[in-house]
Amino acid sequence: MALLQISEPGESPDPHQRKLAVGIDLGTTHSLVATVRSSSAEVLADEQGRPLLPSIVRYHADGAIEVGYDARAAQAEDPGNTVVSVKRFMGRGVADVARYGALPYRFVDAPGMLAIETAAGTRSPVQVSADILKALRDRAERALGGELFGAVITVPAYFDDSQRQATKDAGRLAGLNVLRLLNEPTAAAIAYGLDHASEGTFAVFDLGGGTFDISILRLTRGVFEVLSTSGDSALGGDDFDQAIAVHWRVGHGLADGAVRDTRRLLAAARAVKEQLTDREEASVEVTLSYGQKLRLHLSRAEFEQLTAPLVQKTLGPTRKALRDAKLEATDIDGVVLVGGATRMPHLQRAVENYFRRAPLKDLDPDQVVALGAAIQANVLAGNRAGDDWLLLDVIPLSLGLETMGGLVERVVPRNSTIPVARAQEFTTFKDGQTAMAIHVVQGERELVSDCRSLARFELRGIPPMVAGAARIQVTFQVDADGLLSVSAREKTTGIESAIVVKPSYGLTDDEVARMLQEGFSHATEDRDARALAEQRVEAEALLASVAAALEKDADLLPRDERSSLDASMQALAAARAGTDHRAIRAAIDSLNRASERFAGRRMDRAISGALAGRRVDEVSK
Amino acid sequence: MNPDFSRNHFELLGLPARYALDARELERRYRELQTQVHPDKFASGSEAERRVAMQWATRANEAYRTLRDPVSRARYVLSLKGFDTGEESNTSMPPDFLMQQMEWRESVGAARDSGDAAALDKLRIDLAASRAEMLGMLARALDGDANYDAGCSLVRKLRFLEKLEAEIDDALELLHERS
Repeated sequence: MALLQISEPGESPDPHQRKLAVGIDLGTTHSLVATVRSSSAEVLADEQGRPLLPSIVRYHADGAIEVGYDARAAQAEDPGNTVVSVKRFMGRGVADVARYGALPYRFVDAPGMLAIETAAGTRSPVQVSADILKALRDRAERALGGELFGAVITVPAYFDDSQRQATKDAGRLAGLNVLRLLNEPTAAAIAYGLDHASEGTFAVFDLGGGTFDISILRLTRGVFEVLSTSGDSALGGDDFDQAIAVHWRVGHGLADGAVRDTRRLLAAARAVKEQLTDREEASVEVTLSYGQKLRLHLSRAEFEQLTAPLVQKTLGPTRKALRDAKLEATDIDGVVLVGGATRMPHLQRAVENYFRRAPLKDLDPDQVVALGAAIQANVLAGNRAGDDWLLLDVIPLSLGLETMGGLVERVVPRNSTIPVARAQEFTTFKDGQTAMAIHVVQGERELVSDCRSLARFELRGIPPMVAGAARIQVTFQVDADGLLSVSAREKTTGIESAIVVKPSYGLTDDEVARMLQEGFSHATEDRDARALAEQRVEAEALLASVAAALEKDADLLPRDERSSLDASMQALAAARAGTDHRAIRAAIDSLNRASERFAGRRMDRAISGALAGRRVDEVSK
Repeated sequence: MNPDFSRNHFELLGLPARYALDARELERRYRELQTQVHPDKFASGSEAERRVAMQWATRANEAYRTLRDPVSRARYVLSLKGFDTGEESNTSMPPDFLMQQMEWRESVGAARDSGDAAALDKLRIDLAASRAEMLGMLARALDGDANYDAGCSLVRKLRFLEKLEAEIDDALELLHERS
């Protein structure tokens, strides 16, 4: 089939030609990295054999950075410089994080996204996440013995555009080639889909530390299709700990104590909750400040009663996801459990009662997302030759524009399959109006003030006309990662003034370059050597891809185009042999431009070929 | 550069341009096409390839979305024949349908106010039956009689049914949340 594939179909690439690709679960409480080795996915552990990396980063005044267990150990002693659960801050402003209550950080309201004042200077959530990703990249490169070709990073299905953009920026900042952002529940289904060769409609029930996601997916003949997603970004395993801690506090007549006591109570609650997974009763001893010692008990029955409302809360979004997919609970062929909190027996019972079937739990619920991401990374790197694997994903939240009166005009409805483009026409409000403010929002509510603001820009140069005569077409394009770009133009006069904006939370390429620069000036890495290595890898991949294309479809090229393409290829090959990474970059860009029309014609041919093939099928029927 | 978008949705998916359509065949062809053009197939390809792939995959999704739903497919078939269904501008309906409309609306309102989920479920079933009947008429109007004016009128009626169905679903959702 795939005329445009780079590796020959049906042939397994040479083992030492395999590209090193990893899947990364960048989680709120912990993160993991996994890869596919000898055709099965496995999580890569650290040197002490620990698979999880706590998503915690500590910044020292001398610029040193600790990530993971070491940072977690220092959490109580240095809370202000130890960033915990940074995922909650991705793509968010200071006002957004108010709901998390008192946090030990000095927040700065930086443009676009909040930042945190640390001993090592101001750090944005993107930078903190990049430090976590870098630790995982180092772990993977040590374990696999080479530079990574690329990574798939997972995000909650419910992440909006700014959060996705921030995650992708963090990947770039960590020096990763981000092959794809993948929804976490989708990754989980991929992990199960392959191992069990399942077909049918599946629900992925993901209760993590701080978020709940439910997705309905259809799996058929190697195609993973997300039918709908829903969830609650403020519901997770931590709420169960909280419920226990509150119960004890009330029971023992404790006042709202110091932050340190709150942390100890929560840690005790978590320990007891975990023990109750396979025991009927559990107890733990806690020493509070002022030396007060407490023996805290809880039975499973008490726990289940205390947290029944939380379990119940997961069913609302579950119903909504089913409704969006136009399905009933009984239409679901399997329920996949993801996230440590799904180990709780009463939660599993509730899921089983609702769907009337026992949930799947063969894979470790903490690892399943990373495993699925690794499988997808392996596919995207081209290591699985000759299969027609395809993942069709949807956009989780509607995208729209502000119209008169602060109302939202929906342009792309949620659960549209991506990539998707949608255009909407607007007109001027006043006579002679020559500019129009365009405000892009994301969310399901009717009022702009209830939705998330993604970007604002102005379309200027509209020719003066009477009110209502101009026809402004605003186009939304969402790519396969769920990232948005918006353009606008005035149609009546044929004057095309188009603007492409990046959402305000996204980083510009310059900002990423600057942050990379800053990062490297603290590190011992040789920046130029790394850049050179990266550009060479990219140059080689591009040359191979164009050469393969030429071998198959050279007849699509007029002579002049062919000679300019050949010249660009020679120029890139020459630059690649040199040591100037900027020259290689320039040559890559120039070859990309030179091959653009060729790529378009080849795609046309591929589609015509597919159509022609079908007609033959029909005749033979 | 933009890919050649001159093919209509039916041509893109290699299907005959008519209303009647085998849903499974549509799905099969859509997936076949996506297998060719999806950006994931070009993750290690050049920037140009990835951009073209995204445009085509966008196009394939649009075609599938339009043809999958019978009402939007009818609207699209009519637009290919040069007919505008005028759902925003033309709100005139035959008197018997108007009467029926009012009855339905009253029933939904009453069931919602009294929290009667069973009545709402029954209304949904009634609506589904009316819808199925209208879709049958639509198939005859578009593929048989080539009566496109009748087709436009049916699409407008079906659009109304869709809105009412959404209202019923919202009311049911509300009842679930309260319980």
